Amino acid sequence: MNSFFTIEGILYFGAISLSIIGLFGLLVSKNLFRMLLSLVLFEAGANLVLVLSGFIRNGIAPIFLDGNSGAVMNDPVPQALVLTAIVIGVGVQALALSLIFRVKKHYGSMDMRTIRSKLEREIATQAGVTPPGSNEAPAPVKLVKGEAHE
Amino acid sequence: MIWVVAVVVFIMLAAALAVLFLPNMIAAVVASAVVSLSLTVIFAIVKAPDVAMTEAAIGAGLSSLILAIGLKRLGYWKTDSIDKVKAGERHD
Repeated sequence: MNSFFTIEGILYFGAISLSIIGLFGLLVSKNLFRMLLSLVLFEAGANLVLVLSGFIRNGIAPIFLDGNSGAVMNDPVPQALVLTAIVIGVGVQALALSLIFRVKKHYGSMDMRTIRSKLEREIATQAGVTPPGSNEAPAPVKLVKGEAHE
Repeated sequence: MIWVVAVVVFIMLAAALAVLFLPNMIAAVVASAVVSLSLTVIFAIVKAPDVAMTEAAIGAGLSSLILAIGLKRLGYWKTDSIDKVKAGERHD
């Protein structure tokens, strides 16, 4: 099978690998900012797959096409869509960053585990029940007023 | 031509892995800018010059600017992270 070592094969390999690396980072990383960076990688890989879907080996760029020459051009529709998707991606990124600012301000941490435990404790306090313990950690000690904690 | 494509794809994947595994956040943002610039070269190779221009201006320029402002406000704008990593105080 020699179709891998063509331009399309290498580019598809790179695009899908970039998407997989971004998805892996989104699932595995514990820092919120690194999750945002992984989201950027995932977006870039998806954009590259979309542009490659309109790629023809000997085609010319759509904006350089002379109408009467009869030459083949790359598909301009995915290119136009990706042009929009890049700009929207930066908007999504700025929105996620502002949400990260709010989370940092409220919980004082960027670690997903710390945020999760604080969130569970907060929900339990609001609901008026004792915070649940997990399999790894025993249930937290009841806080006494005036006792120094953390 | 195929070797140019292979080298650029290799650089892009190496920078993408560096985004995930570098302990310093400034270095991670710079690596994501490297991914965007490699993507610009790939877009120019696959005959999409308008997408390449947009990716260079917005994906590499504006996005890195936004992430750098975020680094500044989140308190990651420091370069002494390597020593902390060696001391076992890794924050990722």
